[in-house]
Amino acid sequence: MTIDFDHFTPLMSLVGGIMIGASALILMACSGRVMGISGILSGLTQKHQNRSEIPWRLAFVVGTILGPFLVMMVTGQGIEIRPSAHGPLLMLGGLIVGLGTAIGSGCTSGHGICGLARFSTRSLAAVMMFMATAIITVALIRHVL
Amino acid sequence: MIIIAVVSGVIFGAGLAISGMLDPSKVSGFLDLFGVWDPSLAFVMGGGVIVNGIGFLLIKNRAKPLFATDFKLPTSKVIDKPLLIGSALFGIGWGISGLCPGPAVASAFLNPADGIGFMVFMMAGLVLGRVIKRRMS
Repeated sequence: MTIDFDHFTPLMSLVGGIMIGASALILMACSGRVMGISGILSGLTQKHQNRSEIPWRLAFVVGTILGPFLVMMVTGQGIEIRPSAHGPLLMLGGLIVGLGTAIGSGCTSGHGICGLARFSTRSLAAVMMFMATAIITVALIRHVL
Repeated sequence: MIIIAVVSGVIFGAGLAISGMLDPSKVSGFLDLFGVWDPSLAFVMGGGVIVNGIGFLLIKNRAKPLFATDFKLPTSKVIDKPLLIGSALFGIGWGISGLCPGPAVASAFLNPADGIGFMVFMMAGLVLGRVIKRRMS
């Protein structure tokens, strides 16, 4: 294994991670809701139940979209986005991410940031599973195919 | 509750942007254990879990949240087939695209050429996945 020191950003990543943890904590302490973005998005597509849950979910999504723009305004710098897939492959990735997080009841935020913080064994199993298949997928794409 | 959700969302989106999670190539670099590995994103998960974990210990014995009537926490404790199959699928999609749902939302309008299409297919997957999950259990 070689470490990629050119792109290594421990401090910024730690600061970002602390902010993500704080955002989850604020939502739980004030509103009693889990900050799982896949669950929040999924809830927005269910119009027949939990009508009262729609407004806060929408508000959270709007906030998430605004956050990066606020960072750009404050720092005066752009945010680096280098896509690792394009076109049909990227769309296929999106479909599988949606399917997987719906069937598996959560993603990196819900199972990762929130579930692990509550010592949920379900979330630990989910995180180990998606980390493993993600690492295998990247290994296949970058080093085999 | 709306104001809390906006504030929490803004901090979440800003945190994702600062951490490097919006850059799919950085995410792939983190997942590329067998290549030239960029461990940065372990610090995102570490920082997030530690802050949220300590905070959760402090609030979990309260009767209710500050501005709502109850804590809504997942009740299931079973590690079942949908959890494992769904998570396995999610990892494959994450590995292909370098995007998980949070960063997909946060970057949809920063890079609309790729981001909007990804969002549309991800939302379709969420709706379809809910149907499949219901059939599995």
